Amino acid sequence: MIEFRLDPRSGVATYLQIVHQVRHAARVGILRPGDQLPTVKEVVGSLAINPNTVLKAYKELEHEGLVEGRPGVGTFVRETVKAPPPETHAGLRRSLDRWLRNAFDAGLEEEDVRALFETSVRDQATETVA
Amino acid sequence: MSAALVATGLSKRYRRHWGLRECTLEIPQGRVAALVGPNGAGKTTLLHLATGLLRPTSGVVSVLGRTPDDPEVLHEIGFVAQDAPLYRSFSVRDLLEFGRRTNARWDVDLATDRIERLGLDPGQRAGTLSGGQRAQVALTLALAKRPRVLLLDEPLASLDPLARREFLQSLMESVADSDLSVVLSSHLITDLERVCDYLVVLSSARTQVAGVIDDLLATHRVLVGPGRDVERIAGVAEIVRTSRTERQTTILARVDGPIADPSWSADPVDLEELVLAYLGAPDASALPPPSLARARAEVSR
Repeated sequence: MIEFRLDPRSGVATYLQIVHQVRHAARVGILRPGDQLPTVKEVVGSLAINPNTVLKAYKELEHEGLVEGRPGVGTFVRETVKAPPPETHAGLRRSLDRWLRNAFDAGLEEEDVRALFETSVRDQATETVA
Repeated sequence: MSAALVATGLSKRYRRHWGLRECTLEIPQGRVAALVGPNGAGKTTLLHLATGLLRPTSGVVSVLGRTPDDPEVLHEIGFVAQDAPLYRSFSVRDLLEFGRRTNARWDVDLATDRIERLGLDPGQRAGTLSGGQRAQVALTLALAKRPRVLLLDEPLASLDPLARREFLQSLMESVADSDLSVVLSSHLITDLERVCDYLVVLSSARTQVAGVIDDLLATHRVLVGPGRDVERIAGVAEIVRTSRTERQTTILARVDGPIADPSWSADPVDLEELVLAYLGAPDASALPPPSLARARAEVSR
């Protein structure tokens, strides 16, 4: 069983923090297929958060196929996290390097690049959520 | 499905001033709604009108579709008044017995289990309980009625941080256990952010903001950009608050699309920023479109 914790200063939505923690636990092997996630009541009883937030996180994980809800029983881990193959990373890395060279050539500082990257990631994330 | 709480043109006049004036709002069922606003905005008055402790001067308030003069609806409402008043000379056991005798629907097991889990001595007198214990006992009394709507007036105000957390933990457990709708008024916006999923901002004269918190946060941004007059920014639906130095303009805005203009950076807002921006800008508002039921009522009027 895992225990969630929240970082109030992260700026990341509460349900997403739960999603990330489950994914991370499954990736590093803390959660294995067949393991049960804490019940909604257990989570809200320890974190003092709205039950709908937990439901939203679990629904999102279910939608990804990482966990499955068994009505009246609980939510269980279905599989380990499927990471994209390493060659995908290599390809993306090459195009990112090209983009970075362009950015620095255009006169951007490292901080500008980070700000731009973070804004883009956030906007994409809110678009997929909405 | 009728809403948990509906107010339509609701006003209450005390001897010399208005406690609430022309308040119109609707809180759907199944939500944990935060009722926030400055002192004197009418939060307590609204809750007292909803429970029938006060009668409106004009307008209508209803809980689950029925006005509080209908005795049936009082069984559906659990109410904890500000500072969780209890009969001081009663023991915890007496209070539970009093609740059992005065409520048709009383869950003896729920009440005794909760008191036991809280580690309270049933023989202890209410007057000697700590603020946190008193709040928990008052919550127990309200929950043992098995209400469908729970109204809490400033339940956290007099609690220390630990008691506050314990109170919210047990409140959220109760919500997870049943389909209880909750309306709680509070000043402590940061405590509400994780607990509530619906927000109502009441300012002096009216409902200023109402909506699902996730939607409100998703549709508001803080924009930082050049210090010149702002005519129009693509993606901004309404400017709530602007502050400006010579070089820089900071705007809290309701947005309806991406901010594409590269001279503006757009950051997410948190609940406190959002509430404070609206309270500081009494002319701005963010309200849901009137529901079908209310639109129909207005047509037939």
